Amino acid sequence: MPSQTAGVRRGDRHPLARLVVRRLALSIALLFAVSILIFGGLEAMPGDFATTYLGQSATPAAVANLRAQLGLDQPAATRYLDWMAGALRGDFGTSWASRGPVSEQIGQRLSNSLFLAGVAAAISVPLAILLGVVSVRFRDRAPDRIINLASLAAISLPEFFVGYLLILFFAIRLNLATFPATVHEGMGLLERLRVVALPVTGLVFVVLAHMMRMTRAALISVMSSPYVETAELKGLSALRIILRHAAPNAVAPIVNVIALNLAYLVVGVVVIEVVFVYPGMGQYMVDAVTVRDMPVVQACGLIFAAIYIFLNMLADIIAIVANPRLRHPR
Amino acid sequence: MRLRAIPAGAWIGLAGIAAVAICAIFAPLIAPYTDRQIVGGVWEPASARFLLGTDNLGRDLLSRMIYGARVTLAVALAATILSFGLGILLGFAAAVSGGLIDAVLSRGNDLMMSIPTLIFALVALAILPKNLFVLVLVMAVLDSTRVFRIGRAVALDVAVMDFVEAARLRGEGPLWIIFREILPNTLSPLLSEFGLRFAFAILFLSTLSFLGLGIQPPAADWGGMVKDNKDGIIFGISAALVPGAAIAALVICVNLVVDWLLRRTSSLKGGRGDG
Repeated sequence: MPSQTAGVRRGDRHPLARLVVRRLALSIALLFAVSILIFGGLEAMPGDFATTYLGQSATPAAVANLRAQLGLDQPAATRYLDWMAGALRGDFGTSWASRGPVSEQIGQRLSNSLFLAGVAAAISVPLAILLGVVSVRFRDRAPDRIINLASLAAISLPEFFVGYLLILFFAIRLNLATFPATVHEGMGLLERLRVVALPVTGLVFVVLAHMMRMTRAALISVMSSPYVETAELKGLSALRIILRHAAPNAVAPIVNVIALNLAYLVVGVVVIEVVFVYPGMGQYMVDAVTVRDMPVVQACGLIFAAIYIFLNMLADIIAIVANPRLRHPR
Repeated sequence: MRLRAIPAGAWIGLAGIAAVAICAIFAPLIAPYTDRQIVGGVWEPASARFLLGTDNLGRDLLSRMIYGARVTLAVALAATILSFGLGILLGFAAAVSGGLIDAVLSRGNDLMMSIPTLIFALVALAILPKNLFVLVLVMAVLDSTRVFRIGRAVALDVAVMDFVEAARLRGEGPLWIIFREILPNTLSPLLSEFGLRFAFAILFLSTLSFLGLGIQPPAADWGGMVKDNKDGIIFGISAALVPGAAIAALVICVNLVVDWLLRRTSSLKGGRGDG
């Protein structure tokens, strides 16, 4: 990148800050592009949509009526700017189905979803790294093979299958957990944790395998580099090689893996919430899609995409900070 | 290739896929009842008459499973083939032509990939009419972003090799270069990618159907059958777990085959066999 080398030549003392700011700007640009995509999708078929919403047998008058009622007869650019200006202030308009403000509904549900994903992350991240290290330490031996096989099986299971298995055994047969996982305001933290135990187990199960496999791959790619071979030939113990030689260089890829999987987790909540009837964003969005409640769909889509883009940006920035080689792109 | 070189895991995978494929192709011959016929009470337990019991409307679960294999397999396969064709074509085109075409395609692809697949699909399905064609198209377009990346990377790798250079100097056109020079030499990594995408398509289709946005009733598909029978779970009736287990088993089988293909690819490349 020419501007980068020019900056260094000018005696730029903050190449790192520069890169981070550039990545930030990129994310914001991306978010705007995504918002246009989410909003523009509806515009691509304006006449069709009212028909789709009402069904094939709707009269032209009813279609025109609906379009006026929903504001679809306004120019697209005007409505996009209105929508975007509202979204930046946290106002996502009015739901077509419930006729209430979307933001009010989303606020509580978003924090419910983040709580669920947060608890799952707190459990799965340390566990995944531990399993990854164990698997590399005993590479191609029994523990590695078992972990590998189990994780291959785990990524093949659909989320809803895992969820219903858990419900059948732990909530119905053994009566250890509660189903459905209903939470409401004013619930104590402990009570809340008890209720989400089952959905969290399901989520952990689903992301753990992905996270662990990626951790293992990141560690192995470091382990097959020549300096690790040198350390091996020097006669160092395997654990020492992993901790002192491989780990510092593997931190960046592993942190990257974790951030990517947190992004995956945020999306993974959708199915788990539906299975456990948990009042979160995912369930709200699925319900809205079923009845074609577009303001809600667009708001949820934008928020999910924003969280996803933010976590991906975080992964990149951590990688830039942790790996000096990425600071000087050729 | 020698048959004995195929590991046991891959054999299990191939056998599993073959079994499901046979069920799908010969569904009317194998199934004891049709998929829409109500033949008994609601959620009857497994018996000699109904080997897997009945579902939430009193239809035979086994028959619906067999017909469901047909829908699940066909739709997932169609979506995978479409997404693969689209992704490979655009990926190779980007790699071979370079310049502006490459930049536009790659940035567009980055934009698509910056939205989680499921969320993108939900937004798209909220706007588009509900039918099978739209479903396959949405699945294929969203999934083709991954294939595009792989296709472009692999083609870039191969495009700088001597034999491609030789073909260029010989005066061959871009189509010849793509189909006769690059494609045969990238077949192995692309084949394992196809398997991975197929496994993903099965899971994705099942998830959409489970959420009520995929295959519409009364047609039977495995994801939708989980949705139909999920209310039985509260009463300890495991009818919903049967199609769920079938999806899991099929995807595990596909993954076992892919695992073997990946190993084969990396051993063909030589080197330390991992990385």
